Amino acid sequence: MIELVNVKKVFNAGNPSEFSALNSVSLLIEENQVTVLKGPSGSGKTTLLSIVGCMSRPSAGRVKLQGREITSLPERFLTDIRRKTFGFIFQQPNLIKGISVLDNVMLPAYPLGEKRVHLKNKAMKGLAALNIANKAASKVEWLSGGEAQRASIVRALINDPYIIIADEPTAHLDTKLSYRFMEIIETFKAEGKTVIITSHDPLVYESSMVDRVVNLRDGQIEV
Amino acid sequence: MRHWIEKQRYIIDFTLSSLLRRKVKNIGLLALYTLIVFILASTMFFTYSIKKEASLILKDSPEIVVQKIVAGRHDLFPVNYIDTIKKIRGVASVESRLWGYYYDSLVGANYTLLTPPRNGSFTDTGKSTAKTTVVDSESTDNAKPLFELNGAVLEPGTLIIGNGIARLRAIGTGDYMPFLAFDGNVLNFKIAGVLSSQSELVSSDLMLINEEDFRKLFGIDNSYVTDVTVAVNNPGEIAMVASKIKKRLPQARPIIRDEILRTYDSIFNWRGGMMIVIFSAAVLAFVIFAWDKASGLSAGERREIGILKAVGWETSDVIQMKFWEGAIISLTAFFTGVILAYIHVFFTGSIVFEPALKGWSSLYPNFKLTPFINLEQLTTLFFLTVVPYTVATIVPIWRAATIDPDSAMRFTGE
Repeated sequence: MIELVNVKKVFNAGNPSEFSALNSVSLLIEENQVTVLKGPSGSGKTTLLSIVGCMSRPSAGRVKLQGREITSLPERFLTDIRRKTFGFIFQQPNLIKGISVLDNVMLPAYPLGEKRVHLKNKAMKGLAALNIANKAASKVEWLSGGEAQRASIVRALINDPYIIIADEPTAHLDTKLSYRFMEIIETFKAEGKTVIITSHDPLVYESSMVDRVVNLRDGQIEV
Repeated sequence: MRHWIEKQRYIIDFTLSSLLRRKVKNIGLLALYTLIVFILASTMFFTYSIKKEASLILKDSPEIVVQKIVAGRHDLFPVNYIDTIKKIRGVASVESRLWGYYYDSLVGANYTLLTPPRNGSFTDTGKSTAKTTVVDSESTDNAKPLFELNGAVLEPGTLIIGNGIARLRAIGTGDYMPFLAFDGNVLNFKIAGVLSSQSELVSSDLMLINEEDFRKLFGIDNSYVTDVTVAVNNPGEIAMVASKIKKRLPQARPIIRDEILRTYDSIFNWRGGMMIVIFSAAVLAFVIFAWDKASGLSAGERREIGILKAVGWETSDVIQMKFWEGAIISLTAFFTGVILAYIHVFFTGSIVFEPALKGWSSLYPNFKLTPFINLEQLTTLFFLTVVPYTVATIVPIWRAATIDPDSAMRFTGE
């Protein structure tokens, strides 16, 4: 369970370019549910997602994860939580060019120092589950858009997180691939994972597997 | 601990793959870095070894050399001064020497001519009686003899020449060499042997000649020699004996061994120093390049760091990665540069720096230095090269590592 209490996020505070991305957002995200944060561009979806995923800190307010206040934790602890709790799927696959798909998928696990054989097996299993095991040794620049997206999903799952965060995951996918993505999300739900997605794609927020849609506009939740 | 080691292995693996992904940039940096280390190491190895070599050769050189000075210039030394020196308390022996230079206009080289001393010395009348074997017969294992003759006998009308001269004139044992004497007559000397010295540094341009031939060639009377060497019983009294010589023979100029060693030291320190000053500009350029390389992170590199942090790498992990990157580049450059410099100085005779470090005339000594390297030298080199690189890159690395993890989420272009 993730709880946000009066969360505010201000960029460039004190400067003439000061900009308030989130204004007193309070939200409760339940476990084992698919929650979609919906809203137009600039509504604060990505900012909210990055705060939920411990990637940035709110300017004010509190964030609780499983009842534990995490807002004031030092970076090292926050990173540890991020690494073990969250799996990130970005708008772009954000894979590192020049290295293989397998290496890209294993990257989030490097700081944990897991044994290479175990890690490799885990990565290969993940790639096989999404039908791209045959691309394991390929460089990422040789992948198609759909393959790259799936590789980034395997990477998000490598540390076996229980919360999956996806930022506009279908923005660069065609309809067929978007449906395929939603099928994958369904399997996550079936495995008991919590999924938080930002999107303004009807294919996502109108999907039957979505449990809750939160509307955002101008940094606030629309009721 | 196992996790920590495994983590370091992963980070090093990733660092290596990162370096290989930016081949051109990193190979350029590595090549420049290696060149800097190579230049500094070569200069350092060369000057250190040559000073060490010179000090070993001079270790058993005369404690005091006495010359005669007229109007501030070196003049021929009257043989009757020898008795005055012998009478000074503390003097063990006095030995006279005949030596000089001969300019060979044919090849534009200057030779050093020397009449080898005997066991004992010149008689007071200057007559030589001995045959040459090894000049420095009292050499210890630590000290190198000035030259070795391999049993060649120096008889009137013959010469024994150094390797440099043999090479330059393309002559050897049995050949004849003409000389223009002081009175315009041509004297032909037969080569009786070639010096086979371990240290060609001092014997390359050396020519051993019989005393009578020497006097005939330069027109020096029997009552004069070039200078004398003085052995002193108690090494602690060398300075005292030198001052007594000066007192009793006001025209004499005693030179003690330490002064010669100091001169050698300063010559090679000066030459080495000049090299380093010249190349310090290159070092500076390198530091600027390194700073630029580390601080001017490309958009791709920044994005990569953003991704790593977004997927769970800590700032310290990124710093570790950059640390390994720096360590791999600087240590590779350091060891490659040092090894290349070692080969350059001790196997190829400093072929690149020969004109700047070795030459005095057209007759370059072709010698192989004995490798002398100590830990202090390598440490100095390490601090001159690896540390400036590390310092130049530490701030940019820290700045790169603190990129916000959510920058990966904000990135929308591929």
